[in-house]
Amino acid sequence: MAVSKRVVLHFPKRLVEQPVIYHLVKDYNLEFNILRASITAEPEEEGLLVLQLKGEQDEYDKGVKFLLKSGVKIQSLSQDVTRNEARCTHCGACVTICPPGAFELDLKTRQVRFNDEKCVACGLCIKTCPPRAMEVHF
Amino acid sequence: MMKTIAEINEKIRQGKAVVVNAEEVIDLVKEKGVKHAAQHVDVVTTGTFGPMCSSGIYFNTGHSKPRIKLGGGRVYLNDVLAYPGLAAVDVFFGANALPDDDPRNRVHPGDFNYGGGHVIEELVAGKDIRMTATAYGTDCYPRKRLETWLNIKDLNEAVLFNIRNAYQNYNVAVNLSDKTIYTYMGVLKPRLGNANYCSAGQLSPLLNDPHYRTIGIGTRIFLGGGIGYVAWQGTQHNPNVLRTEAGVPKRSAGTLAVIGDLKQMSPRWLVGASMYGYGVTLTVGVGVPIPILDEEILRSTAVTDEEIYGAVIDYSDAYPNQKPDIVGEVNYAQLKSGTVKLQGKKVPTSSLSSYSRAVEIAEVLKDWIKRGEFLLTEAVAPLPGVESGVAFKPLPERPLEI
Ligand code: SF4
Ligand code: SF4
Repeated sequence: MAVSKRVVLHFPKRLVEQPVIYHLVKDYNLEFNILRASITAEPEEEGLLVLQLKGEQDEYDKGVKFLLKSGVKIQSLSQDVTRNEARCTHCGACVTICPPGAFELDLKTRQVRFNDEKCVACGLCIKTCPPRAMEVHF
Repeated sequence: MMKTIAEINEKIRQGKAVVVNAEEVIDLVKEKGVKHAAQHVDVVTTGTFGPMCSSGIYFNTGHSKPRIKLGGGRVYLNDVLAYPGLAAVDVFFGANALPDDDPRNRVHPGDFNYGGGHVIEELVAGKDIRMTATAYGTDCYPRKRLETWLNIKDLNEAVLFNIRNAYQNYNVAVNLSDKTIYTYMGVLKPRLGNANYCSAGQLSPLLNDPHYRTIGIGTRIFLGGGIGYVAWQGTQHNPNVLRTEAGVPKRSAGTLAVIGDLKQMSPRWLVGASMYGYGVTLTVGVGVPIPILDEEILRSTAVTDEEIYGAVIDYSDAYPNQKPDIVGEVNYAQLKSGTVKLQGKKVPTSSLSSYSRAVEIAEVLKDWIKRGEFLLTEAVAPLPGVESGVAFKPLPERPLEI
C-alpha cells in the first residue's frame, strides 16, 4: 500500500553533515518533497527538515526505523502548527495568507476552520494572526 | 404606529419585550413585511468585534505614602508607555502604546508582539501589572520614584474610554503594487492578492441606524462585555459621505466615542492584537440596541449585506498618499462570499473583524434585555447628522518657519 506522509525531522548537530536523506531516499525507495528546511550555522543548534514522504508502507516504516536509529527525531507535521482555540476570534485574517489554504471560512457558522492536515508549516500565519492564536512547536 | 422608549422599557421590565438581532430581523421582514415586523419587534440588537485603534483606558491608582505626582513625570505599565499628563495619580493609557525598547519597524515588518492593547487585556483579566514611574518631586508630593504592582480590583476607577470605535462602514483594503505590504488592515499581498475588510456589515451598529435616529449621546450599550455608554460622536465622525438611496453610507462615515466601567468588562471582549508591520491595538466588542419606534427605524435595521457597499482602496498608494481614487465598490455579501471581482480578477477576501463574535455580542445583548437587566436609554443629544455640516477635514499643513 502506498502512503504519503508529512514529517518534521530534527537532526542533532552531529548528523547535519551526514547524507541521511540520500540514504533514506535511495535505500527505501521513497519520494520526497521539501516543505521547509533550516540548518543553522550555530554549532549548538540542530537542523530541521519538513518533508513530504511518499512510498510503500513497509518501505516507509523501514525508512522511519533507519532515521530513528541514525538519531533523527521525527514528529508528524500536523502537531507542529496548532491553533490556540481560546485565543482565536474567528476573524479570518489568516484565510488569504495561508499558501495551501488550510484555513476555511464556514459560511454557515462564520467561524474559521483550521484544517491542520493541509498545513505545510510555512509559518506565515503566525505573525499575521492579530491575537497571535497560531503557534509553532518545534 | 409609534412606540416610545418608555413603553419599550415597560415591556422589558415585565419580561415581555420582543427582541431580535439585526440578522434575524432581515428574515422577519421578508416573512411578515415591514409593517407587521415593526409592530411585533421592540428592540433590534447589533454587534461588532474588531480591532479598534483609538481605544484606551484611564484609572486612578490612589495615593502612595509619601505622595508622588505622576503628572509631568513618566509612567510605564509592563514597560509600555502611559500618558501622565493629568494630576497626581490619574493615568491615561492607549491601546497603540509600545515599550520604549520595542524595535518597531527597524527591521521591517516589525512583530509588535506586546503593547498597550495587551496590557489592557491583562489588566481586565485580573492579572497584576507592573507600574514603574518617575516624577520630579514637589514639597507636597516629594516622592520621585514608584515601582509597584497594580491590580484592577485595587484601582479607584478604571474606565475604558475609546474616542473612536464602531465605524459606520469602512474601506476594503487591497494592494496594487508588486510587493507585500503590512498595514493596519492586515497583510496585503501584491497585485490584488487579497482584499481585507473590517465591518460586521448588516450586524454593525451604525449601519443599522444610518441617520443616527436612535443612537446618540448617552445611549447605553454593550461594551467589552460590560455596560457602557456613547459619550460623544467619535473622532473623524463624517456623516456627509456618499450614501445609497436608503441612506446607507458607502464610505467610512459615522463613529462613536464610548465609555464604560473597565472593572465590569472581560478579556473575551477586549483582546490585545498585533498587526504585523504596523503596531499593536485592541480588539473591542461593541453592541448597540436599537429601539423600534416606528417603521422607518425597523426598515433600517433590516439592511442586508447586499445593500451595504464599501470602497476598495489601494493601500500601497492611494491610502498613504491621500489620493481620492478608489479601485471599485463591492458589497458585503460579495466580501463575505470569500472572493470579489476587481479589475477583472477574482480576489480572495479576509475579514479582520469577527462576524461570529459580532453575532454573539448581539445575542448577549438580546439576552440581557429579555431578562430585564438592560433598559434602553433616550439619547441626551443627537450625533451630528448629514445636515450638521460636520466633515472630516485633512490637516491644513503649515510648515514651521525657521
Ligand atoms: S487570524 Fe487568528 S484569530 Fe483570526 S481566524 Fe485566523 S487563527 Fe483565528
Ligand atoms: S503555517 Fe503556513 S501552511 Fe500552516 S496554517 Fe500557517 S500559513 Fe498555512
